[in-house]
Amino acid sequence: MSQNGRMGDPGAPRPMAGIGPMGGRGGPMQGGPMAALMPGGKAKDFRKTLRTFLTYLKPYRLQLVLVLLFSIASTAFAIVGPKLLGKATTRLFEGVVAKAMHVPGAAIDFDYIGRIVLLLVGLYVMSAILGWVQGFIMAGIATKITYTFRRNIAEKINRLPLKYFDTQTHGEVLSRVTNDVDIINTTLTQNLSMMISSVVMIIGVLIMMLSISWLMTLVALVILPISLLFIRFIVKFSQGYFRAQQEYLGHMNGHVEEMFGGQVVVRSFNGEERSLQKFNRLNTELYKSGWKSQFLSGMMIPVMMFVSNLGYVAVVILGGYLAAVGTIGVGDILAFIQYVRQFTMPIMQVANATNVLQSTAAAAERVFEFLGEPEEVPESARPVKVEAVRGNVIFDHVHFGYDPEKPVIHDFSTDIKPGQRVAIVGPTGAGKTTIVKLLMRFYDVNGGAILIDGVNIREMRREDLRRMFGMVLQDTWLFNGTFRENISYGKLDASDEQVIAAAKMAHVDRFIRTQPHGYDTEINEESSNISQGQKQLLTIARAFLADPKMLILDEATSSVDTRTEVLIQRAMAQLMKDRTSFIIAHRLSTIRDAETILVMRDGDIVEQGKHVDLLAANGFYASLYKSQFEAIEAQ
Amino acid sequence: MTRLIKYLRPYVWWILLIVLLLFGQAMADLSLPTYMSDIVNVGIQQNGIQNAVPKAIRPTEFKRLAIFMTEADRAEVSAAYSLVDESALSPSEYASLVKKYPLLATSQLYVLQEVSKSQIERLNQIFMLTMPVVAGIEQNGASALAASGLTIPEGVDPFNFIAQLPAEQLAALQNLISDQSSTVASSLLKQYSVAYVSAEYKAIGVDLGGRRMAYMWHIGLIMLGLAFAGALASVTVGLISARIAAGLGRDLRRRQFERVQSFSAAEFDKFSTASLITRSTNDITQIQMLMVMLFRFVFYAPILGIGAVIKVFSLDRSMLWIIAAVVSVMIVLIGVLFFVAIPKFRIMQRLMDRLNLVTREFISGLMVIRAFNTQKAAEKKFDVANVELTDVSLFVNRVMAFLFPMMMLIMNGTMLLIIWVGAHQVDRSAMQVGDMMATMQYTMQIIFAFIMISMVFIMIPRASVSAVRVTEVIDTEPSIKDPVKAAKFKEGLKGVVEFQDVSFRYPGAEEDVLKHVSFTAKLGQTTAFIGSTGSGKSTLVNMILRFYDATEGRVLVDGMDVRDVTQHDLRDKIGYVPQQAVLFSGTIESNIKYGNQEASRAEVEKFADIAQATEFISTSDKDYAMTVAQGGANLSGGQKQRLSIARALAKKPEIFIFDDSFSALDFKTDVALRKALKQETGEATVLIVTQRVGQIMGADQIVVLEDGRVAGIGTHLELMKDSEVYREIALSQLSKEELSA
Repeated sequence: MSQNGRMGDPGAPRPMAGIGPMGGRGGPMQGGPMAALMPGGKAKDFRKTLRTFLTYLKPYRLQLVLVLLFSIASTAFAIVGPKLLGKATTRLFEGVVAKAMHVPGAAIDFDYIGRIVLLLVGLYVMSAILGWVQGFIMAGIATKITYTFRRNIAEKINRLPLKYFDTQTHGEVLSRVTNDVDIINTTLTQNLSMMISSVVMIIGVLIMMLSISWLMTLVALVILPISLLFIRFIVKFSQGYFRAQQEYLGHMNGHVEEMFGGQVVVRSFNGEERSLQKFNRLNTELYKSGWKSQFLSGMMIPVMMFVSNLGYVAVVILGGYLAAVGTIGVGDILAFIQYVRQFTMPIMQVANATNVLQSTAAAAERVFEFLGEPEEVPESARPVKVEAVRGNVIFDHVHFGYDPEKPVIHDFSTDIKPGQRVAIVGPTGAGKTTIVKLLMRFYDVNGGAILIDGVNIREMRREDLRRMFGMVLQDTWLFNGTFRENISYGKLDASDEQVIAAAKMAHVDRFIRTQPHGYDTEINEESSNISQGQKQLLTIARAFLADPKMLILDEATSSVDTRTEVLIQRAMAQLMKDRTSFIIAHRLSTIRDAETILVMRDGDIVEQGKHVDLLAANGFYASLYKSQFEAIEAQ
Repeated sequence: MTRLIKYLRPYVWWILLIVLLLFGQAMADLSLPTYMSDIVNVGIQQNGIQNAVPKAIRPTEFKRLAIFMTEADRAEVSAAYSLVDESALSPSEYASLVKKYPLLATSQLYVLQEVSKSQIERLNQIFMLTMPVVAGIEQNGASALAASGLTIPEGVDPFNFIAQLPAEQLAALQNLISDQSSTVASSLLKQYSVAYVSAEYKAIGVDLGGRRMAYMWHIGLIMLGLAFAGALASVTVGLISARIAAGLGRDLRRRQFERVQSFSAAEFDKFSTASLITRSTNDITQIQMLMVMLFRFVFYAPILGIGAVIKVFSLDRSMLWIIAAVVSVMIVLIGVLFFVAIPKFRIMQRLMDRLNLVTREFISGLMVIRAFNTQKAAEKKFDVANVELTDVSLFVNRVMAFLFPMMMLIMNGTMLLIIWVGAHQVDRSAMQVGDMMATMQYTMQIIFAFIMISMVFIMIPRASVSAVRVTEVIDTEPSIKDPVKAAKFKEGLKGVVEFQDVSFRYPGAEEDVLKHVSFTAKLGQTTAFIGSTGSGKSTLVNMILRFYDATEGRVLVDGMDVRDVTQHDLRDKIGYVPQQAVLFSGTIESNIKYGNQEASRAEVEKFADIAQATEFISTSDKDYAMTVAQGGANLSGGQKQRLSIARALAKKPEIFIFDDSFSALDFKTDVALRKALKQETGEATVLIVTQRVGQIMGADQIVVLEDGRVAGIGTHLELMKDSEVYREIALSQLSKEELSA
């Protein structure tokens, strides 16, 4: 009995919901009564989120009203069905009984039954059409809103200050675009109309049941609190195991990740046995909590079915009595039974809806929070444009800290003449890129000013400022696209000739031509089909093409082979000619030739000057430099 | 999927039990509609009277019925009933019977004796032939017998008349009735008979309402019992399948973990670490999910579906075509879904990945995008991906929106069809109303089974991909194994590493990575390896640890071929500091002691000091108990590298291998570290792989590698003189003055 009649309910779980949007979170554990078992997030400010969300729905007001109306109508038609069907059955039954009793002229009233059947065909078809139209409109609204959310997030990313990404991992931002928006999408397409029809269903069915027999309705309703009690009990019990399961799964995955990632160490230190012991312990714990949570959540359906059967039998017996007494017809019992069946599902759905709404609200809140983050300082009202950039850069008492409370650059001043070469040196993690970030105005200084050709960079438009610089970072950024697309990123409207010329200057033309499709060869998603050195050459080509007035370069460290290294050096030297250049330097030759050396330590500029002067000063730079020689002597 | 079967072997009896329980559950699920139809048929329609055998009957009626029975039948019936009155019974028996049959107080009654079921069945057949005739005559007089050609005079009691007929004529009449009855459906005969019994009970004064309620309770309790049994079976199936699924997951995880731990570098290269991790985690979770689905739905659906078909078959075959039709429509609908929607789902998944990729690039390239002022282009690119995804997902959502009402329509339509066809069947007395209702329920069950199976068809491909991925790992034999009869290292010879004409080629590669490499590293000496990326330096040291085996030639450690001893013994001799410093979750101390559990606290501190790690350790208020996060995520690259060196030191090995292990250190630390190391490792053999000439200028022996060949062996000064390759590398890093210093 567990399934009979259920498929006949408009409120029954959508049979295809399991393969719903395969947006990554499909899985058999989603939706239905199971969802109640998953501890989900909660919105901090539900009302505010809802209000914001409603503004997104506003353009679709009319359509939403239609959806509501259609949904009500569709459900209502479906509700009337069993009642009418019951009438037909009663009439059929009466005919049969009359015939059995040899009532003269007794016959089954096929006219009447036929009329009802036809009427029902009409109703069901109408209900289906309305349901479909409703779903069709809703799908449209949901996808459009989803699209808008994603677009807004993408645009927002561009307007956020870089600072924001210091505190957020890329994964978190990514999860807003995909997971959170997806949750909203699913709720809108599936759950929302389901909730509407569930509520209509509950009200409608209640009315219909009451119209048949208030006594039977009362009996049927008694079942509800019992069901809820059971659900609560199971949820309470299993949630603990679910948490334990998630926890051990986390531990287990962590251990696997750690051991596989450190396989070389595990094996070279003969640590296999210990690793396996820990694994077995975690695995056993995972097994225990795993089967328990699975079992308990799986108990939900059979237990609910039994409780519903309990109600069913009670209704049947009571109905049988009432029918025998003659209070109601046989068909009414049938109709009532159908209604009882239809009653449980929407109730469960509405109970579950609170959970769904909570997690959707939480997702929406995260999206809105992101969209509400403070943006970059607006552009200057009267931006100054520097014509014919010479490349004079002045740091005037610059004061900066990622966290204003903890300044890393205290009071830095220097005057860099056009065409000069500035080497930034210091140990790893000393904050060499901070200078770069300030120059490009990814961050704004907290005090003092940076002037280019005498103009404070805050008075320029960011776009104009950044156009003056070319940037070649060690952390090369290539995207999934062709070589041509990647090079022309420096100048989107560049002609093929220009792209090739830039590639030639960067000494990467030959390499590209040896690739299967030359300039149209795709660089794959992880850019793993080209070496680190070639990547660097490509970004140099990009900078050549952009033809900037000033340069920011990051020298390669160890991961490039000698020959490519020579090529890179040559290309960089070519690029730096007559351009004011900032070089994050690792090579002593570069450092010695620089007009200015900025020595950084722990995020601060501790010394600046020429190589010879700095050596003479016998400070941090001198000790850094001398250590090279000590190194040699030590061996 | 079939690859999983062998891992399910330990659970085979449990699985059999599941199948048995599912049969039980199906039986419970399938009989419930039968009982429901009984409630309607018997309980309501027939006042709880199950058959044509009356429990008590008036003598007059008994005689009337007897007229139409054959001699043998009459004897059988007479034997089953006994005529009772007050005199024939004890007072208590009498009282209870009067209570049941009030008419007994004033007249005699025939009361049914204790009889067997088969006897009841025979009596039922006899009564079903006679009762309709008697009832017909009682209601319509002699005209009921018009067909027999008998003319009964007016005013004569037809029963008396027939009873007095000659034996031959009576027999002919009996034959005629029997023939006529066989043309009438038995269900109609039963209904007539039950109506007769019902009327008889009323005449006797039996409490019909009470009987009916008693019957309803009886059936209701059976239904509850069945529902309970079904639920119990289902819960038990849930219990067993949860345990099997979790158990299988546990077994697979353990097997896979053990297997992966025995993998050498070649297998890691083949699968990639990330993929191995996914296979051990997500893929196994997928399989676990599938198992639960399998036991609960895949096994159950056919049992339920076939059972329901059999039930319908036994109820009324005329409805089978409806089921066939509905099932075909469902198949078409599901088929359309399969061919229209499923490919779109795949496309949607791909576009989703695409959107993710674009977003990831967008975020990771933030600085570049801003530096080149290409925000608009980035937004455009995102928008293209967004629009594509939106279009497809709109289509999919709309197909889904269509599907659900369509399903509902089909099912509701089926109900109507069954009612309409069923009503005519009922009219023809081919079936009863309750049976028609049961057919409806069974049809729904069949449809449900179909939906379950089709759902599974959608799920299986996804999970079977996981199954293949997992078994692929488990079935992969590690390419490097310990020898069956492992030799032991000889005493005496220590710290000697020798390569004899060693070549190495990655499986499937076209060219050797190492070509005919020979050298010897001796105890107390430092041997350095230098060369550009891809020159084979790291591969070379990995061969000493036996992460790779030589394709040609021999690698000897302390005079033994590394392939002749166990990996455990071999690695015991080596302190290895890998290129990527890898730490494990735990504390600083547990990490340093990783290779030597017996190391004392003083030793731990000493080695940390040599590795220049004391400075940062002492800044933590927890000291050596400071927690190290998974993979050492809470430490900087340089800190990890220093601990990784301390860990190798603590092992106190004969041979040290430093694979580019100083790259994350700044110049100063680097120098201080190497100075301290020099003292500690003085007694051991040291092998250093590096890119920095400055680090190895003082080495006893430098091996220059280019394209896998040894391009020169010697000291710094020798090589500067003789090796073109070495000179080129050195000059690209240091100035002439520095090199000659």
